[in-house]
Amino acid sequence: MTNPVTITAPEGLPFIEIEREFDAPVAAVFNAHRDPALVTQWLGPNGYEMNIERWDFVSHGAYRYIHTDTDGADWAFNGTFHSVRENELAIQTFEFEGYPDVVAIESMTFEDLGGGRMKLHIHSVYPTVEARDGMVASGMERGVTEGYARLDGLVAA
Amino acid sequence: MIVDPSSDDRLDRAFMALADPVRRRIIARLSRGPATVNELADPFEISKQAVSKHIQVLEHAGLVTRTRDAQRRPVHLDPAALEALTAWIDRYRLIHEQQFRSLDALLAESTTAEASAEASDPATGATGRRTEEERS
Repeated sequence: MTNPVTITAPEGLPFIEIEREFDAPVAAVFNAHRDPALVTQWLGPNGYEMNIERWDFVSHGAYRYIHTDTDGADWAFNGTFHSVRENELAIQTFEFEGYPDVVAIESMTFEDLGGGRMKLHIHSVYPTVEARDGMVASGMERGVTEGYARLDGLVAA
Repeated sequence: MIVDPSSDDRLDRAFMALADPVRRRIIARLSRGPATVNELADPFEISKQAVSKHIQVLEHAGLVTRTRDAQRRPVHLDPAALEALTAWIDRYRLIHEQQFRSLDALLAESTTAEASAEASDPATGATGRRTEEERS
């Protein structure tokens, strides 16, 4: 049984809100964000290789990582960890290097639900509605290509 | 983005195939298991020929297949084709769902590892161990 993800991208506003509960303690989820050896195991789409160049999950720290897809194409991301408070909060900037200078600010809160469960809230603010829509659409665009490829395989079989 | 026009046609066909309520009911019936044309025609007030036509549309769209075992030729649903359609619609959501499921798996694993690490060697946390494994 998987906990559902709630994604809200309100019309005309440059936000994306993501909420997800985990059947794990806050400390474990926070640690999975802090430790780069753990981050590579879950961040990003399935089947992509993740290489972390830098990952200092502390206030005024920074990060850069590269996702390599199955065709060998690289997708690099970087940002600064503005504020990090253990088991509570992380505020970071986020830039996809394919669209330089379009920087989002992501606020993550780690909420203790008690009983060894937690809820992760992510609130991302983009500089413009267009940039926000572009981010959502870029995921979809890749999905379209991949979806077509799978459909091709299905209809060819 | 490179879009092969022929696969664009296929996606159009899949969506058009699902735009018809009779074909959606056929898909719903097939989600419970394969069925012959006669079995599929049974609940409808339309001819077996009309049902056959609907199945041809679904087949052409790649949503169902027909095996050629003797006289029966049962119709099968291809669930992966439907999944491909939903993947096309909402990739952004799927990426997040996937990555949070990966995080779930990792958390479940590290809870177990932590418990055993604490039991054997309290100085070494599960995380420290994993880091060493990753680097080796």
